Amino acid sequence: MISLKPRLTLTGKRALWGIVFTAPFTIGFLLFFLGPMIQSFVFSLSELEVTPHGFNLNYLGFENFRYALRVDPSFMRIFTETTIRILTDIPAVIIFSFFAATLLNQEFKGRLLARVIFFMPVILTAGIIAQLEAQDILHRMLAYVADQEDTIATSRAVVQVMMQLRMPQDFIVYIVTAVNRIPDVINASAIPILIFLAGLQSIPSSLFETAKIEGATAWESFWKITFPLISPLFLTNMVFIIVDSFTAPGNSLVTYISNAAWSRGIYGVSVAMTWMYFGAIALFLVIVFGFISKHVFYME
Amino acid sequence: MKTLISKSNPVNSVPEGAVRTSRFLTSAFWSGVTWSFIRAVLVIGIAFIILYPLIIKLSSSIMAESDLFDLTVKWIPRRLDMRSILRNYRDVYEEMNYLVSFRNSVTLAFLVSSLQLASCTFIGYGFARFKFPGSGFLFGMVILTLLVPPQMIMVPLFLNFRFFDFFGIAGWFGREPINLLGTYWPFVLTSATGMGLKNGLFIYIMRQFFKGMPKDLEEAALVDGAGQIRTFFTIMLPGAAPAILIVFLFSFVWQWNDIFLTSMYMRRSATLLPFMLERLTSSFGGYQYSDEYISVIRNTGMLMFIVPLLFVYGFLQRYFIESVERTGIVG
Repeated sequence: MISLKPRLTLTGKRALWGIVFTAPFTIGFLLFFLGPMIQSFVFSLSELEVTPHGFNLNYLGFENFRYALRVDPSFMRIFTETTIRILTDIPAVIIFSFFAATLLNQEFKGRLLARVIFFMPVILTAGIIAQLEAQDILHRMLAYVADQEDTIATSRAVVQVMMQLRMPQDFIVYIVTAVNRIPDVINASAIPILIFLAGLQSIPSSLFETAKIEGATAWESFWKITFPLISPLFLTNMVFIIVDSFTAPGNSLVTYISNAAWSRGIYGVSVAMTWMYFGAIALFLVIVFGFISKHVFYME
Repeated sequence: MKTLISKSNPVNSVPEGAVRTSRFLTSAFWSGVTWSFIRAVLVIGIAFIILYPLIIKLSSSIMAESDLFDLTVKWIPRRLDMRSILRNYRDVYEEMNYLVSFRNSVTLAFLVSSLQLASCTFIGYGFARFKFPGSGFLFGMVILTLLVPPQMIMVPLFLNFRFFDFFGIAGWFGREPINLLGTYWPFVLTSATGMGLKNGLFIYIMRQFFKGMPKDLEEAALVDGAGQIRTFFTIMLPGAAPAILIVFLFSFVWQWNDIFLTSMYMRRSATLLPFMLERLTSSFGGYQYSDEYISVIRNTGMLMFIVPLLFVYGFLQRYFIESVERTGIVG
């Protein structure tokens, strides 16, 4: 390489350094991502048999996909349930995290402590803990008691009011499920809050000062300055939330797929399920991207 | 919210002189107080929901068995009995083989997070500062690794490490493939090449950060004859401290909590905290322990699992939260 140096232009040299710096990723991508990805596609079309010295593949065509969709007892049910749950959570998480970020961006006593706590779910709600909490009798009991005593009672009253106001039934159902899932929504919001908060703090304060001098109220400058400048982050967060909730370890479909491979030993079917799952994620991302990116405002 | 915010501004609409005597009568003052009150209720309420699982764990870890059957006891046991509290903790400590599994978990998490940090910083810098043929495409691939669920490549990865033949090279020499599972090698290999858990996110964070750093200093160093590597280590790296901290914290925490990859690469019998925690209650089965007591044990175990993370977080949070604004996570 030293002998090459004098002959390279500056651009050429910088390009070479770029390749050097990103080389670990290129290697890792080829060996531990693209390779396995291709293999997994081959597996999804075959029956996999593990032997002491390696593994054998028998070509099956689309049999694994057919099995997952038609024969497997619960794949379709869990697939639809998980997808619908995630889709209903997304608006709630977005709205909550934006709201929380505006709250944490204001000046008040104990703001630092509030931030520390709001970001804590990053630590507290990870794989193993979430899994064990679901099994735990005390957690369930307390949740149950709370449901019995307060939540159900209030939500009944609220639902009755909403029904008397002739609100559409789907809307009422959505609100009630969203309310019952408040803890999940809050826990899923930690990183979106972080992203929104970073965005809020990157808005130059001179804009607000100008607006104030020109006579804009706080309400107006919120909608005319904060909201447009923050709007690209709605897209970032949307993508983050979709990916994060689809691949979260506590997700029941993910658990089901893992079980298919490790407990039931049907590797091919498990991989076929993941491909369909990935297809669904990709579809949502494309729709969200196409829909939101039109309404997003970029400063530059 | 609309009225509250808009009314809190115009203090100067009150006639002069009246401000001092009747501060409590202005609507601005009262709406300010109301808003502070609402905000306090909201913040405390949300904080409570977040801390609730932690409080349950803490409260049940200090309960004696008799408190669990006492319906009047909800949060605080009837009598704080040091002996039974100590017994809870000692049982868990011994059952989890805490000292050994703690040491192993710290080693693994530290190994993985420092490798990931090193590789992602390197890669992120490469994407932030250099243009080369295919750099845009390659960065698109970084995003792709983020989007693809890890379950998709889990079976092939597992088999690759089970029958590891150095990507076909061993086969040329007629060597049998070796089994890397149960060692730290799968972690080392994937982390060093930016392919560990959520490493795409780390690469993205580092890239955004380096992109936001001023170019002048770097160019000055280059012009003055520092090599590219030296510039990176002496100029760029110290400046990237906030982003490095965030990546390190995330990577450490996620590895500590991870059970998906760890159970795939290591045997479940490995002495690591998450596996010990998972198995914790199995030896308390049988009839001599009630479900409630097992739950106490489990909650104590979860608490002891989380506490080290809380320490790390508590130690880093000041830098972490201060640096959020400077990381430029937001591109």
